[in-house]
Amino acid sequence: MSATLVLAGIVLCAISGLPALAHRRAMLLAAPLIIAGAIAGLAGCALGLFAAPAIVNFPWPVPGGAFQVRLDALSAFFAAPVFLLAGAGGLYAERYWPATRGGAASVRMFFGIMTAALVLMIAAANTILFVVTWEIVAVTAFLLVATEHELPETRRAAWIYLVSSHVATLALFAVVVLMHAATGTWTFAPIPSSSARAVLWLALIAFGIKAGLMPFHIWLPGAHASAPSHVSAVMSGVVIKMGIYGLVRVLSLIDGAPSSFGVTLLLAGIASSIFGVAFALAQHDLKRLLAYHSIENIGIIVTGLGIGLVAQSHNMPSIALLGYAGALLHVWNHSLFKSLLFLSGGAAIHAVHTREMDRMGGLARRMPATAAAFLAGAAAITGLPPLNGFISEWLLYLAGFAAITRPAAAAPVLLLILVVPALALTGALALACFVKAFGTVFLGVPRSEVVAHAHEVPPSMRAAMAPLLFACVFIGLAPAAVAPLLGRALQIAAPRVAGAANLTDLLQPIQTAAVIVAGVCAIAVVLLLAATRGARRAVTWDCGYNEPTARMQYTSSSFARGLVAFFGWAMPAEVHGPRAFELFPGAAKFESHVPDTVLERALLPSLSRGERLLGYARAIQSGRVQLYLLYVVLTLLALLAWSAQ
Amino acid sequence: MNVLAQLLLVLLASPLVLGVINRTKARVAGRRGQPLLQAYFDLLKLLRKRTVLSTTTTWVFLAGPAVAVVVPILASLLVPLAGPRAPVAFTGDLILFIYLFALARFLTTTAALDTGSAFEGMGAAREVTFAALAEPALFFGMLALARISGSLSLSSMLTVGGAGWHRASAALVLVIASWFIVLLAENSRLPFDDPNTHLELTMIHEVMVLDHSGPAFGLILYGSALKLFVFSSLVARLLLPRGGSPLIDAAALLAVVLLIAIVIGLVESGMARLRLVRIPQLLITATLAAGFAAVLVLR
Repeated sequence: MSATLVLAGIVLCAISGLPALAHRRAMLLAAPLIIAGAIAGLAGCALGLFAAPAIVNFPWPVPGGAFQVRLDALSAFFAAPVFLLAGAGGLYAERYWPATRGGAASVRMFFGIMTAALVLMIAAANTILFVVTWEIVAVTAFLLVATEHELPETRRAAWIYLVSSHVATLALFAVVVLMHAATGTWTFAPIPSSSARAVLWLALIAFGIKAGLMPFHIWLPGAHASAPSHVSAVMSGVVIKMGIYGLVRVLSLIDGAPSSFGVTLLLAGIASSIFGVAFALAQHDLKRLLAYHSIENIGIIVTGLGIGLVAQSHNMPSIALLGYAGALLHVWNHSLFKSLLFLSGGAAIHAVHTREMDRMGGLARRMPATAAAFLAGAAAITGLPPLNGFISEWLLYLAGFAAITRPAAAAPVLLLILVVPALALTGALALACFVKAFGTVFLGVPRSEVVAHAHEVPPSMRAAMAPLLFACVFIGLAPAAVAPLLGRALQIAAPRVAGAANLTDLLQPIQTAAVIVAGVCAIAVVLLLAATRGARRAVTWDCGYNEPTARMQYTSSSFARGLVAFFGWAMPAEVHGPRAFELFPGAAKFESHVPDTVLERALLPSLSRGERLLGYARAIQSGRVQLYLLYVVLTLLALLAWSAQ
Repeated sequence: MNVLAQLLLVLLASPLVLGVINRTKARVAGRRGQPLLQAYFDLLKLLRKRTVLSTTTTWVFLAGPAVAVVVPILASLLVPLAGPRAPVAFTGDLILFIYLFALARFLTTTAALDTGSAFEGMGAAREVTFAALAEPALFFGMLALARISGSLSLSSMLTVGGAGWHRASAALVLVIASWFIVLLAENSRLPFDDPNTHLELTMIHEVMVLDHSGPAFGLILYGSALKLFVFSSLVARLLLPRGGSPLIDAAALLAVVLLIAIVIGLVESGMARLRLVRIPQLLITATLAAGFAAVLVLR
């Protein structure tokens, strides 16, 4: 039953964009189809979380391949947000990318196919099917990123994405072949520990690139910024989670992964989270800022997996459970608040036609519903109570604190303690970053003429944000109700630690506390609003200056300057500006931006250097057939000599 | 019962701390100083005043003060102020304690940006910048206390008392020193911020509230008094023995909190505000001190 519903959802999503190809009028069908698919799929996932694994087979004439779909609790757990975001994104696109806009048909078609392939990939029991659907997702995502291919920066971002995702595919090929060599089947079967090491390290590359874990994140900021906003929401919310799914799935097949792998995940996760948010602080482009936050949150998730692995290999099941549970819950949470942020941020961009935060301002008075959605998303991603981000971070903090209370501990376990200050720094930096983003985009006075005439987005776009907002609030206020779902997924992800503690009991007090905090804060705000109703209005008190203009406002760059300078050693800024030495300097222009250190300062320079070195190899390419025949003969002779030894 | 006693203590005694600090500073400077209860009078006066709102602001502007006043009250319920156990105690409540203040900071800084004023933007930027550096210090201290007490609840962590001092005195001294610095930073006291300057570019917290007036401003003043009280009681509780009788405990706690207020007054009389670029260095010192404490107890 559950698998049938999910398959129905997959089919509905996949065909949702096809009518649009036939006729422009038929484009209206896209949203209803994908929403129907999302509802069917979500129902299937809800059943699948509690039912025994459901298996469906179809004939598929591919060597080694079998169209085998297996929906277990872990697959259902990862597939649920895909359906939710597909439905919300499909509804949002209806007005965000209307039929009159260029590429409307292809956006709908590729969006449907990408989400369908994503679910199929999560539910694939056959590794060949997994690779094929993985590739479909990569290619459709590339086509979606390249929607506005007339812009050079979009083309560049799309190419970088295509190249990096194929490096990931290459590593995935190796993973799948190694798994076949170790297990003798093309299905996800338990991997003997003798070959676990190679599989794990290759999986880290394949899935790390997919997830955007630092330093493999180079494709992520550009691709997420250039794609249409509902596509960014899905890419950031669920496509990058496929890396996490792959990692969790492979780890669940290995009994006793080495502690060193856990330590690597832990350290990479911590680095990703701190530097992800530091780079986010330095951005002026709203969508790039959100994209860097995805790197931060992937870091938090990977940190949780690292905690789980390290604690499990040192026989501390209750700490391991906290790590895994925090990581998995954060997978859901990040899908929800990040897509909420992309949709509401996208609505703001839609209204003002720019992604530059320093051109916006004052949108909260013009688009109150969008502003409230963005504010809630910002509070959730910062990990503030009483929203969902707090719950998953709370579990991870608890793991770190639990580690220090253990009497004697091995060195890797002591590393778990690092999670606490790292999360504290990340959380505080994320707070700074989202105060900056919300403040410059939605508060204050408009910084440009377009913004002054902006108006609220149509109801369908707001309706697309509603379920995401509701889910963020619900998980924040009722985490104990989510705990059983988490427990089911954990039984497959980490069967040996899943029973170490009762998550529902653990989350009960924080649930009560969250409800009280939410209630008291809401009452206080409402009372103060009521008390100051009809208060006199006057111009902002700017220390006696009576004519404040929009240009006097603090900009996003000035807001983040202190913290960006603090991280200047890791992310040097490029500043192009005048140096005013004369008494009456003329008109001048100032510009500063922080390029991605890994991409712009390490990878691209070394690639161009490598290209120059490889240029020397061109000497042997003469273009004459005789010479190439000579090479063949020489190679054959060399091989003969080698084999004769 | 315990809840009521604690709430009364926090709600009534908080503004007194401001009075004691002011009186200490006045005495050191050779002045008589304002009445001890001046903060109470100020609050009553502000509550009666009319509100003027900026034309650019939205509801966020008022959410700031409203949440800033309830957050310290909610957080105080997690701290054992009277008796060995706080009214609300559960595993992991320390994380909620710190994140409640983050919630307040999130809303007060967005409220500041809501006015579109350059000054308030500047104050908000500094507030979030320095808080990012203070937060790890707080958490490192919590780690050390978790190790000493073997518990993940503030009620046990803050009441390590005599036994804790016996076993890990060096670590506790480091934690208290570090948290005292954090206390000064979080509550915008000297040398981080000058609570006396209102119109200069030197300050952080005071500049964020330039546009608030009347009852909303009163709530902000009251909220910061409450926050100072809660942070001081955190340090005070560590200095006190485990305790038993709620009444004696509360009285002892209040006495130590007022003592801390005197120390703050002496610090403020003795030094000037640090240059902004120096502030991160002091906060990193606090983080390192707390980090050392955590390393010490790990042995």
